[in-house]
Amino acid sequence: MMRFALTLLFTFTFALLSSSPVFSDLILAKVDRRIDLTSQIVRITTSLKVENAGSNPASEILLSFPENQAKHLAYLTVTLNEGKGKGKASSGAGLPVEVVVPKDVPNSLTFYYVSLPKGLGKGESLLLDVLAVFTHSLEPFPEKISQADIQLLLFQDTAHYLSPYKVTVQSLTVKLPEARVESYTKLEGTKLSGSELKYGPFHNIPPFSYLPIIIHFENNQPFAVAEELVREIEISHWGNVQVTEHYNLFHGGAKSKGEFSRLDYQARPYVRGASAFRRLVARLPPRAHSVYYRDEIGNISTSSLWGDSKKTELEIEPRYPLFGGWKTAFTIGYGLPLRDFLFELDGKRFLNFSFGSPINELVIDTLIVKVVLPEGSKVISASAPFPVKQRKESKFSHLDLVGRPVVVLEKNNVVPEHNEYFQVYYKFNSLSMLREPLMLIFGFFSLFVACIVYMHADLSISKSSASYLAKVQWEEVQATVQQIHNIISNCLTAHDKLEASLRDLSRTGDVQACKATRKSVDSLLKGVSKDLKPLVAFLQSSPQAAHILPKVEELIAKERDLQERLMAKHTTVVDCYEKKLGGREIENRIAPNQQKITALRQEVDDLMDFIDEI
Amino acid sequence: MAASSKPGSPPSSSSSMAQDLFNNFSFSKTLKLKTKQQELLIRVTVLTLIYILAFITRLFSVLRYESMIHEFDPYFNYRTTLYLTKNGFAEFWNWFDSESWYPLGRIIGGTLYPGLMLTAAALYSVLRFLRFAVHIREVCVLTAPFFASNTTLVAYFFGKEIWDSGAGIVAAALIAICPGYISRSVAGSYDNEGVAIFALLLTFYLFVKAVNTGSLAWALASAFGYFYMVSAWGGYVFIINLVPLYVLVLLVTGRYSLRLYVAYNCMYVVGMLLAMQIRFVGFQHVQSGEHMAAMGVFFLLQVFFFLDWVRHLLSDTKLFQAFLRITVTGAVSVGAIALGVGTASGYISPWTGRFYSLLDPTYAKDHIPIIASVSEHQPTAWSSFMFDFHILLFLFPAGLYFCFKRLSDATIFIVMYGLTSMYFAGVMVRLILVATPAVCLISAIAVSATVKNLTRLVRSQSQAVQSGSSKGASTAKSSSKGVIDNSQPFQRNGAIALLLGAFYLLTRYAIHCTWVTSEAYSSPSIVLAARGANGNRVIFDDYREAYFWLRQNTPPDAKVMSWWDYGYQITAMGNRTVIVDNNTWNNTHIATVGRAMSSYEDEAYEIMRSLDVDYVLVVFGGVTGYSSDDINKFLWMVRIGGGVFPVIKEPDYLANGEYRVDKGATPKMLNCLMYKLSYYRFGELTTEYGKPPGFDRARGVEIGNKDIKLEYLEEAFTTQNWIVRIYKVKPPKNRW
Repeated sequence: MMRFALTLLFTFTFALLSSSPVFSDLILAKVDRRIDLTSQIVRITTSLKVENAGSNPASEILLSFPENQAKHLAYLTVTLNEGKGKGKASSGAGLPVEVVVPKDVPNSLTFYYVSLPKGLGKGESLLLDVLAVFTHSLEPFPEKISQADIQLLLFQDTAHYLSPYKVTVQSLTVKLPEARVESYTKLEGTKLSGSELKYGPFHNIPPFSYLPIIIHFENNQPFAVAEELVREIEISHWGNVQVTEHYNLFHGGAKSKGEFSRLDYQARPYVRGASAFRRLVARLPPRAHSVYYRDEIGNISTSSLWGDSKKTELEIEPRYPLFGGWKTAFTIGYGLPLRDFLFELDGKRFLNFSFGSPINELVIDTLIVKVVLPEGSKVISASAPFPVKQRKESKFSHLDLVGRPVVVLEKNNVVPEHNEYFQVYYKFNSLSMLREPLMLIFGFFSLFVACIVYMHADLSISKSSASYLAKVQWEEVQATVQQIHNIISNCLTAHDKLEASLRDLSRTGDVQACKATRKSVDSLLKGVSKDLKPLVAFLQSSPQAAHILPKVEELIAKERDLQERLMAKHTTVVDCYEKKLGGREIENRIAPNQQKITALRQEVDDLMDFIDEI
Repeated sequence: MAASSKPGSPPSSSSSMAQDLFNNFSFSKTLKLKTKQQELLIRVTVLTLIYILAFITRLFSVLRYESMIHEFDPYFNYRTTLYLTKNGFAEFWNWFDSESWYPLGRIIGGTLYPGLMLTAAALYSVLRFLRFAVHIREVCVLTAPFFASNTTLVAYFFGKEIWDSGAGIVAAALIAICPGYISRSVAGSYDNEGVAIFALLLTFYLFVKAVNTGSLAWALASAFGYFYMVSAWGGYVFIINLVPLYVLVLLVTGRYSLRLYVAYNCMYVVGMLLAMQIRFVGFQHVQSGEHMAAMGVFFLLQVFFFLDWVRHLLSDTKLFQAFLRITVTGAVSVGAIALGVGTASGYISPWTGRFYSLLDPTYAKDHIPIIASVSEHQPTAWSSFMFDFHILLFLFPAGLYFCFKRLSDATIFIVMYGLTSMYFAGVMVRLILVATPAVCLISAIAVSATVKNLTRLVRSQSQAVQSGSSKGASTAKSSSKGVIDNSQPFQRNGAIALLLGAFYLLTRYAIHCTWVTSEAYSSPSIVLAARGANGNRVIFDDYREAYFWLRQNTPPDAKVMSWWDYGYQITAMGNRTVIVDNNTWNNTHIATVGRAMSSYEDEAYEIMRSLDVDYVLVVFGGVTGYSSDDINKFLWMVRIGGGVFPVIKEPDYLANGEYRVDKGATPKMLNCLMYKLSYYRFGELTTEYGKPPGFDRARGVEIGNKDIKLEYLEEAFTTQNWIVRIYKVKPPKNRW
């Protein structure tokens, strides 16, 4: 009931006002008001036909709103309608609008100056389209409802167009959602047809005339209100724009009271839970990719995504259905191709991105847009089509040394009409892109260098301690043994060569080739004993090698024995071939040797294995 | 050849001759490294691969679900880590948490093992320092896999220390994928055990290394390893008992050495002093019965050393015998008196229930229901041994055989570690984890020794055969082929068959491990997944739905009562105060909650009023068939509640000794708070086609009380699949 009292008070105030001087000689010849109440956002479209009845040319027009509306006003635009009739010929750009506080006017009215493009001469007229968008101006009544109740809303406004000018003819149409209307103020000529409520037409309304009307109607549209939305737009010059949006959402309609019964909700969700909303639709730009939807405690699996070349649509379901007053918070993120949003102009780059939220019919109390530019960006400036608070921050992300510059734009009371493009200009040297990969490369390079240095440098503190010396000696012994091992294994390979040549001989009978091989092997083996001598001498002198020396010596002896026998065998076989002896004869001649050779070879291999393991 | 000669060493002069001879090999020759280097390269490569494998095999859950924290306790660890990174160490250390155990609160810094949180926070700050802007959650999720990877390295070095590098590599490979370990270290399982197994094995390795070398440095390192272990997990008690036991065994078997003396004394003294810095452990090392063995062995070692020294001085054997007798009697009696006086005066606390329940598996069931109620504290079934160890179960005895064949200080240690931990693994399911490294190491010895023997056989035989065949070829026309070295004709084939068999077994092991990891151990348990009717995956995210609802839509100071299982999750995800949580330090408080749950609604209301409860949360699986819900846990609530409040009697809830929820249930059961909250309005719901309404799918019965009216509570929220139900406690009537 307080509300009604307030309204009366307003009426009283305006009655007082009407005695104040007329602002100018302008007359509103025809006013058409359309109020759209189908969603939680109230949109009032007013088309004004302005005539100059005075003698002085007028260059501006005053629009006025009562204070209780003005504080909810989110968006106001005035366009010049140059076309005749109802054609959609409004000129694109809106006219400049600014708040003014004229004298002799109480605080309960807020005035906006609209500057006309050219002065309006005497007797001239023009058509203006005014779009005013209000948030939070639908009051739920009753304020608390239970799960099964429907949500009823109160809307109040004036039937007469509130203006400092005289209005000749005025009509008012209120568009309601397709549902029940509980009650409405009935005036002369009021008509309710379908979901449209018509008032008027009213004739010759004096300035500051206020005729309150109240409409009480059902509206179960989602009342999704974001208390705070932080949009972070991060530019990567490697080709991606990453958008992350943190929502803090609540249901702004009638508060829920009493039990929430899942059973009822499950059985008849649109009856027992009509006022709740369970899903939201976000229209993302086309070619959005890597979309995710999560909150503080993890991924939310109830979302779906589809898209075509015009748009990408993301349907998200919060973890639970939102009843009046319930809150939720979540984050959506997606990547976009850089070339769709980043352009170059006069050596400067600029990002062209839409300001508001992609979610349909969402009211945002505080919107913070952060544009994260690449590290090393300079000469940064931002421009938006409406006034926003600006500040600068810096953000540290992967591999940042000085931080990325962040342009922060903040605006209160944002509605979908604010989804206009804003621009952030900056300068950025493309070479800076290479910095981070180079840093990584350098990091890994130095890691490897450090490893190499560590492996090769001798880091022991005491170079004279016994254990250190022993270690050094042991390493030398190991190296020597390794060399011996290599030499012997060369010898063994040479032996294999010999055997192979014998096989070739038995197949082809080419004695000369066999002899040639023998010759080369001979020359190779000749050097072996010379090579081995210093190594063995070193081992003999080293105390560390005492326990492996016998094995090494045994190996060398065995190998020599093997070598001699093999040579003998080779000679025999070659001789036999030269004498053209039969296979059986050759076999018999080398048989005694052959067994020894096999046995020796076995022993040598074993010894080699043993030494290899040292 | 050039590459094969080490710089600085005399160049081999045969290189020029070798060049023309081994023309065809020259390319591979120049690239060819020394055998040692080759081996090193292979070893490092294999270890690197094992390191990576150990990490990625634990990522199933991240790939299948998301990067999230699993289970219950990890949520507490995550919450504290978050607090640590936000508020710094001093704040964390002095943190009084008023959000749990309302109205008592909990001194977090003094009642937790901070090792895990500090580790994760340190990793986090290192990554931050290296300019990687990671979230702390990612660090926490990946801490366990990272430490599992590190454990493989420790296992390698440990295996190398007790056997050889081959066994080390096999041990690293086995432990990398062993399900017994994976069960506690998948990504997201952010629990103490994740780092503790690493710390445990590291401590053991360093200690064995210290015993082997007698080096003070290694002993000191093992003391620090022990410190890390103490800071990370209560299982450090195992170390502080196993190590003295091992020392004692060495003493008894006459393997006492100065190396052992140095290693143990340094490790014990420094380790003890360091461990006292952990507030949760405090003076337990000198005051608790569980730590007395270590102290006893410490003094015994001193006596031993003293006697050794005296014997060195006294040449007279007889005199020494007398001295020995006096000293030993004196020392033992002094020790016994000290222990007796300490225990009697209460200075030395007696063994805790948990410790008793390890020694006597039936103890907990009779005396501490709260320990027995946890499923992971149950005695282990054979199937879970098989499930977690697979072929290692058979390789373990084989490895023991090899260890006994080559007894050394190190192998004695691993044998003792293996045997004791196997015993504990049999007592409690969760202790399979402790046994896993020992089982892997011992099995690795078996595998490595066997394969090594077999390959040696195969290699030598193949060489013999090769030379034989070459000889045969050289005399192709001859009919009498050289038949040499055929003493054991099937040796080589047998060896090859055995090798193939071993290969097959190991392959099966790898397949089994991967399967177990992917199917059994990679579900986060907070998100449930099921197969839908047409084969698609259905996700039940009810827990998070409920917790998030609590977080968003209840007053910030609301107190939530639930069974203690969900306490950590409610505080971490719901950000609300709970009455009891998984840190079951106050049995009476838990029993109060148990009593409230098992009382009639009006009695429960009194209890809830006295605890300032605003919301009650129950978990209910009747709609989805989720079996680990509160109704199935209810008997434990009755038992724990009844253990403190005798008004709660278990038989009241059992119909003829049978636990049931249908019409045959006792009236007390059908009207207790838990029953009412679980089944409120459930009687109107049809859960399954062809079944009457109110059919409980988790228990497969129609419920007994379908007309439930709540007087003092009202339904505040129920999740989509009814798994979590939250009720609001109404304010008292006279205050309307």
